[in-house]
Formats: sequence, structure tokens, C-alpha cells
Amino acid sequence: MRNIWTIAKRELRSYFGTPIAYVFLAIFAALTGVFAFFIGTFFDRGEANLQPFFEYHPWLFLLLVPAIAMRLWSEERRSGTIELLMTLPITAGQAVLGKFVAGAIFLAIALILTMPIWISVNILGDPDNGVITASYVGSFLMSCVFLAIGSTISALTKNQVIAFVVAASVCFMFVLSGTQVVLNVFHDWLPEFLISAISSLSVLNHFENVTRGVFDATDIVFYLSMMAFWLFANTVAVRMKKAS
Amino acid sequence: MDELIILDGLTKRFGSLTAVDGISLTVEKGEVVGFLGPNGAGKSTTMKMAAGFLEPDSGTAEVCAYDVAQHPRRAKAHIGYMPEGAPCYGEMTPLAFLRFIAEVRGLKGSARREAIIRTVDATQLRGVLHQSIDTLSKGFKRRVGLAQAILHDPDVLILDEPTDGLDPNQKHHVRSLIKSMAKEKAIIVSTHILEEVDAVCTRAIVIDKGKIVADGTSRELKHRLDYNNAVAIRLNSEDLDRARAVLDALPSVGKTQILSRGKNKSRLRAMTVGRRQITADVIDALRSNGVQTDELFVEQGNLDDVFRQITTSDTGGANA
Repeated sequence: MRNIWTIAKRELRSYFGTPIAYVFLAIFAALTGVFAFFIGTFFDRGEANLQPFFEYHPWLFLLLVPAIAMRLWSEERRSGTIELLMTLPITAGQAVLGKFVAGAIFLAIALILTMPIWISVNILGDPDNGVITASYVGSFLMSCVFLAIGSTISALTKNQVIAFVVAASVCFMFVLSGTQVVLNVFHDWLPEFLISAISSLSVLNHFENVTRGVFDATDIVFYLSMMAFWLFANTVAVRMKKAS
Repeated sequence: MDELIILDGLTKRFGSLTAVDGISLTVEKGEVVGFLGPNGAGKSTTMKMAAGFLEPDSGTAEVCAYDVAQHPRRAKAHIGYMPEGAPCYGEMTPLAFLRFIAEVRGLKGSARREAIIRTVDATQLRGVLHQSIDTLSKGFKRRVGLAQAILHDPDVLILDEPTDGLDPNQKHHVRSLIKSMAKEKAIIVSTHILEEVDAVCTRAIVIDKGKIVADGTSRELKHRLDYNNAVAIRLNSEDLDRARAVLDALPSVGKTQILSRGKNKSRLRAMTVGRRQITADVIDALRSNGVQTDELFVEQGNLDDVFRQITTSDTGGANA
């Protein structure tokens, strides 16, 4: 536990040691605003809720989370510091979790910075704060799933650009797998239970449940098991690729 | 329990290439073992396995009685390891970096502060503590890497090319640092610089193609050279042939070589039989035959020649 926190602290500090962190936070805050107000027609709806704000989170995270996950491991491998890290008295799992925790804290900070919009909507009207809280939690969990995916893929390459592109593509698949476009492709030749399996893997479907105010245990289980699976894969990837 | 490092039949393959092929050795407390060998000989791979970064395909590495593959965390707690190139987190300052290492190593409070102060003094980093590592010169970076390895005062130090890229003063400093720690630790150092073996190592191990081809003190290794203990003489050219005849007649001299033949001065080498000391014989024989010598010295040979002899011939290092 102590080791995980030590690694997380170092990783967080290195996020804020470069301009990337501030650029990311600024872009995230700006884009959530742009999407909510202009594309999501926040005002025209005349409703006091944050539906148009949360609606675009999957698409934003799709690009932004791989951007913060890409350096987690590929940079260690490129610079050779992985050799240092892996010869300290910690396990690969602790290192993976430590880095994941750092990324999660960073994402939490990004989400907290969007809270003025929550305050605004409370001043303007009388929103269902329960739904908004659930949506924030759901948004955070979803971003953590993307983070675990991004971190795993980052462990597979020394090249941050490749890590970013591949991670964004994989995340994209997990978002799209719930849309009709994808499901129609499989419709004709896959049995029904496989199609619903594909659909249930969609981060989007689970997130939409949450933002509608339906915070089901299955959604949480989905997010947590996705994270657990990817973090396990991450540990395996680190062990296998550390020396190559 | 003074045998702090025990490698037994350590083997590592990368695809079809056997990088390390059954390396066995023990390093006791107080020893500084120098790993020598051409590039790609398997020095770094051996060190990586000893430090617990790579798992061996077969064989075991034991540090302070802990099998590195079975009990990695316990073993690693006793090891200070500096990887090749001394990689560090470039965006951190040396102080933040050492604090991080201290924390991972379980040092807290005043113990942590003392360890950092001691290490910073030993590696002379005080002036750059608050500068990011990326902006430091190569020499400082190397010392940060070294500081990281010795921070927790480990029983075992494994340093992969610790003086590579340093200027002569820095090299001297790092070597005296290693020497000053040697008494309490078992140290493995890899190097390309053979003079380093004379300077810091109590024992040298030459590795070639993944195998140990020689193991001994610097003196023992030099003893393998054909011209070890040979006597080189500088004399007037007119005496050359006479001197050669005199020396050839000596039973303790194996053969003579003319090293150079000049107009006034020439140089001659008398090889020994069985690398025995022949200085006295040579001096007596020359003097009693009235040959004047300008210079006379006993050749030790240098490790560069030993290295070349061992690693370029197939028979050179059959048994060490």
C-alpha cells in the first residue's frame, strides 16, 4: 500500500512537472464547456440538468485519457528508468497500481475543475443533484477504464505516439460497441447472445444508464471489472515487455 | 556468511541467442569484482539477472541468501543497482528523486534525511540538488544514478559501467568512492576501461560470448601473457648481436626478440621460460660479457593485451 502511494505521488509530481498537465486541464475544461453550451445546447433546452454536459464525456475522454496514459509506461521504457523501477523492492503490480492511481487522481482533478458548471446550474434552477453526483461518479469510473486501457497499451510500446493512437482506437471500440452502427454489422451473422455481449461491453451504454439517473450495481461492477481486467493485463504486459 | 552474491549456472536466452551461458561465481564481502568483456558479451545481462530485473532461463542468483527470482523484494532490498547509462527521472530534481528512492526503500524521517545527506556528500551533488536532472551534465547525471544505488547503504552493489562518460577527475572520484565502500560490501562493477580493474577491483572476471573465460586478480591475468616477466633491454646497436647470442645461451631465457633496430640504439626482449623471474640472470650474463645497457625493465604486460588475447582466440581462456 505504501509503495503504491509512493509511486503514485512521484507520478503525479511528474505530471505537474511538465506543461502537459496544465494544457490538458485547460483543454478539458474548455472542451466540456464548448460541448455543453454550443453543441449540447445547454441553454436552449431550458432544463436544469447537466445531461448535455455529461453526454459528451465519453467522446472527450476517448481522446484525452489516452493522452495522459500514453507516457505512463512507454516513457519508462524509452528512457530506461523501468530498469530502475523494477529493481526497487516493489512488485510490478504495485508499480502498475501506483501509476494508475496517479492518473485517476489527475482525472479527478480535471473533473473537479468542471464543477463551476454544477454550481451554475444550481443557481439557475433546481437540478436533481443526485443524478449529477451519480453522473460525475460514472464519468470518473469511465475515464478510469480508459486510463487502464491506455496504461496497458503504453506498456506495450516505447513510442508514446503509437501508445496514444492505439489506446484511442481501443477505447473507441469500447465506446462504439454499443451503438446501432456496430451492432447492425454483427446482426445478421452472430447469435443474439453474442450481440448483447458485445453491446454490454460498451462503455457508452453503461454511462448512459448512469447519466439518466439509473445507477445500477451492474454498471459499477462493469466498470470495476473492466479496470481489474486491464490492470491485470497491464501487469502482465510490464512483466513481459520490461526488458525488450 | 560472507558470500553475499552467489550466481550458479545463470543462463539467459534471447530467441536463438544465448546471451549468458551458465555463469557461476561468488562474490564475498570486501571484494570488488570487475566484469570485463567485449560489447554484447553478456556482462549487462548477467548484472540484470543478479539485480532481479531479468529472470534467468536457468540457474539461480542469490543475494544475501535470498534467491533473487524467488524472493525478489527481500533480495532487492539488499541490492543497490545502477543500470547501464544510469537512467533517472529527468524531470525530477536530484533531491526529489533521492527522496522518492528513500521512500520506496522504506527510509523515513531522520533516517531518510541522514541517508540523503550522507549520499549527497559522498557523490558531491550538493550544488545541483534543486536543478532538474535533465539539465545536468553527464557527469552529474551519472552521480545521481550512483547516489540512488548507494542511498540505502546496501550490502551488495551492482554498478553497470559506473565511470562511463566521466572526465578523469570524476572517474578518480567515483573509483575512490567505490574503494571506500568496498570493505563493507560485495561489489560488482562492469567496465570497458581496463585500468579501472587495476584501480578498484580486487578481482577481474572476463566474460566472452556469455561465458566466463578468465577469473583472477589483475596480476594473475597478466601472468597469462606470453611476455609477462620478459625483460626488455635498450642498448647500443653494435652490441645487439652479441647480447642476443649471450641471452640465447641462457637456460632460463626461452627466446629473444628484436623489438627495434636503430642506427645507434636498439631494443631487445628476452622471453622467459614458464614466466619466471629472469632479471638477475640477464643482468649477470650481460655484465660478465661486457655488454652495456641503457635501460632494462621487466615487462608486466597490460590488461588490454590480456583482454585481446583471451577474447579473440578460441583457446585463450579454456580454463581460468
